[in-house]
Amino acid sequence: MEVTININGTPETHDVEPRLLLVHFIREKAGLRGTHWGCDTSNCGTCVVWLDGKPVKSCTVFAAMADGRSVRTVEGLEQGGKLDPVQEGFMECHGLQCGFCTPGMLMTSRALLDANPDPTETEIREAISGQLCRCTGYENIVRSVRWAAEKEASTEEVTA
Amino acid sequence: MTTVEERPHTGFGRTLRKEDVRLVRGKGNYVDDVRLPGMLHGALLRSPYAHAKINSIDTSAAEAHPKVLAVITGETLKGLGLAWMPTLSYDVQAVLATDKVRYQGQEVAFVIAEDHYSARDAVELIEVDYEPLPVVADAKKAMAADAPVIRDDKEGQTDNHIFDWESGDQAETDAVFANAEVVVAEDILYPRVHPAPLETCGSVADMDPVTGKLTLYTTSQAPHAHRTVYALVAGLPEHKIRVISPDIGGGFGNKVGIYPGYVMSIVGSIVTGKPVKWVEDRAEHLMSTAFARDYHMRGEIAATKDGKILGLRVKVLADHGAFNATAQPTKFPAGFFHVFTGSYDLQAAHCTVTGVYTNKAPGGVAYACSFRITEAVYLVERMVDVLAYELKADPAELRMKNLIQPEQFPYTTKTGWEYDSGDYPKALQLAMDMAGYDELRKEQAEKRERGELMGIGVAFFTEAVGAGPRKHMDILGLGMADGAELRIHPTGKAVLRISVKTQGQGHETTFAQIVGNELGLPTADIEVVHGDTDQTPFGLGTYGSRSTPVSGAATALVARKIRDKAKIVASAMLEVSPDDLEWEGNRWQVKGDPEQGKTIQEIALAAHSSLELPEGVEGHLDATTVYNPPNLTYPFGAYICVVDVDKGTGGVKVRRFIAVDDCGVRINPMIVEGQVHGGLADGVGMALMQVIAFDEEGNHLGASFMDYLLPTSLECPSWELGETTTPSPHHPIGAKGVGESATVGSPCAVVNAVLDAIKPYGVRHADMPLTPAAVWGALNGRPIRTDLAIP
Repeated sequence: MEVTININGTPETHDVEPRLLLVHFIREKAGLRGTHWGCDTSNCGTCVVWLDGKPVKSCTVFAAMADGRSVRTVEGLEQGGKLDPVQEGFMECHGLQCGFCTPGMLMTSRALLDANPDPTETEIREAISGQLCRCTGYENIVRSVRWAAEKEASTEEVTA
Repeated sequence: MTTVEERPHTGFGRTLRKEDVRLVRGKGNYVDDVRLPGMLHGALLRSPYAHAKINSIDTSAAEAHPKVLAVITGETLKGLGLAWMPTLSYDVQAVLATDKVRYQGQEVAFVIAEDHYSARDAVELIEVDYEPLPVVADAKKAMAADAPVIRDDKEGQTDNHIFDWESGDQAETDAVFANAEVVVAEDILYPRVHPAPLETCGSVADMDPVTGKLTLYTTSQAPHAHRTVYALVAGLPEHKIRVISPDIGGGFGNKVGIYPGYVMSIVGSIVTGKPVKWVEDRAEHLMSTAFARDYHMRGEIAATKDGKILGLRVKVLADHGAFNATAQPTKFPAGFFHVFTGSYDLQAAHCTVTGVYTNKAPGGVAYACSFRITEAVYLVERMVDVLAYELKADPAELRMKNLIQPEQFPYTTKTGWEYDSGDYPKALQLAMDMAGYDELRKEQAEKRERGELMGIGVAFFTEAVGAGPRKHMDILGLGMADGAELRIHPTGKAVLRISVKTQGQGHETTFAQIVGNELGLPTADIEVVHGDTDQTPFGLGTYGSRSTPVSGAATALVARKIRDKAKIVASAMLEVSPDDLEWEGNRWQVKGDPEQGKTIQEIALAAHSSLELPEGVEGHLDATTVYNPPNLTYPFGAYICVVDVDKGTGGVKVRRFIAVDDCGVRINPMIVEGQVHGGLADGVGMALMQVIAFDEEGNHLGASFMDYLLPTSLECPSWELGETTTPSPHHPIGAKGVGESATVGSPCAVVNAVLDAIKPYGVRHADMPLTPAAVWGALNGRPIRTDLAIP
């Protein structure tokens, strides 16, 4: 079946099997390999992308279900050659080690800050609790998100 | 507000990671990201039985699948002499089973198809006639007279016994125990767990049919060792094998060994003449790749009535699974378990370890264990708390009384380790001060009055990392030394080539910092090349916290060679004697006339120029070295965990975790802290959640992340870190290695805290994982065995 998904602003049309998972559409058909696959059971969250603006685990969505819809992946975070503050935050606060969970963590973090620009530590921990990281013990991910929140707040002050 | 542009930085200290520039953009290159023209996809058929005879395999339906190119079984491999491969412990392991399967999830057949989905479909079309056999899932039953023999493939193997090993002086230890005022014994299990990196294992094999050169992209922590083993297994000439380990999504020891899937991708590429990718799924990963621990220990501790510890005696039954595939120095079949005397000054110690086969996946030495030091530290730290329980002593005070004192270093233990340096009481005192130990005890007393359960767990650990001295340590005959090559380009930029392989530890950053520290070059000007056997010097790879102790030393020394050569070049440039020069920051300058000097960049250009150099001095500015460590390094730390236990549910909440680590000189404190954070989360996971259990039929009960529970952001507290710095006296930069310290030290702190909380219920010991069910059972007088789903 033919499926068209707008990924990071670019329409991707491919003839796919109905059972093809969105994560495989993104990786194999659209060739965007920043979105990772890690568990098959929706536990690890390395595959988190946005579907119509909301984070989803793309291993649990069929590509066909995303037909005609918009997907944003980690490759879509950087805008006009400028990193998203959450990407900067992860670099600044050592929020990643092996980097495998990072794309999913970044997408969830961006969604959190869009909904709640000033999250508490507890709110950040709850937001990322559906995802696993085996390297960081989560501490620096929390700090990274806080760093991004503060950066965005200070940027807004300057522009206001 | 700082920016993420790389700031000019030289040498040690906090600096941002070079790796992150690609990783935060989703531009990493992991094995599953590798795409080669014409690439095919492989999938493995795995055994549903833990122990069964294979009567026949019918692959015809799979072969008839329109997108399938080949189906390979053990019979096919037998013809090629590849049905079995050597393990890292001088055993053999089936690549694809021929005679029988020996654990659930074992590899039986390999399908190669045009795409991944079709390969998986075709796997389902293979019909295997299995004849189930009696199963041994319990290490304690493996040596029973009537136990089925798992390894009947091995000539002369008539039972499930693998090895007996001992360390320490038995007679001396028995004498100490015979005369001791107090002797306490406890059975302690370190259950089977799995490292579960988020990236599973996989490989892409590309055998060029014209040149005969094999390129293997693979999830390997030890690319050079893997290349040598492939040369031995397949008889491929070693110079025709290139192993590339690209970005690795976590390893933790799981990616040290060689798995049948890797070998099958190679065979697949040879058979089809095309590149073949194999990437396992999560269930395959948890069921078949290297597990960790599974140590059944009986500890005995001897002491005086006032709490002076005199001796330790340990008997271990080690479950190695169906093939002995532990990855550790050859002479030590129990790894470094004999460091079990820990951080204490004892009169005598002795241990025996017996290894047995069971119908479970192979492995054992994995998961940031520093070659079984996790088990050793857990044992001794649990035993000290058991002693404290019996003596009604405070566990922190009891430790303080028995720690090796600073003036005793270098300290030789009763099992032969020479601890290089340490100030243990200082670290423990700092942890107690950070925790507010006395106040916590007061709070606990008040809560006990009210019937609330709060626990304070203390653990102290000594690690032994940086294997190791070649005369003592090898793997499959390969000495554990590591090479480094450093080249300074004419414009003063540098490329460092190292043998170790980061899986997230940040080598591209920290190794550049080591070079920067020695030569005064900005970190940004130093490229670190690793993970490619065609581009890097030989060495045994990254595990056992050995990268900084071994390869980091090699890097410092190769940079010093460059500095020495630069001195001669500078002397020619300045027309002075080398003896008149002194090194300052990033330049050689004339003693007493610092205006006269040449920077390393100026020297690099001159070294490549027409400048006349002294007789015997070659041009250019590059050097190589091989570092053979004189001893291991011995990081240590003091950990304190505070928990609250819910009496009604048995649920444990880790409220605080204080970790004081001493890993010698810290190259990049940010990265060191990150390493510690990750290990502490491991400790919470192993203590409270993680276990790979089996039922009586050998069914694996933890084959997904819904069954094998890993800690999330909600189970982990905000870690409180402290540090002391005791440099290693024999390491060129005084560093000790830290990658596994927290995984080694933290599980016992959490367990000790939970048992401290439920002490009023008369519980002296309970085994990990302390799930709500296990804790509730312990509170209600029903301690349960956690490694088997058998009452």
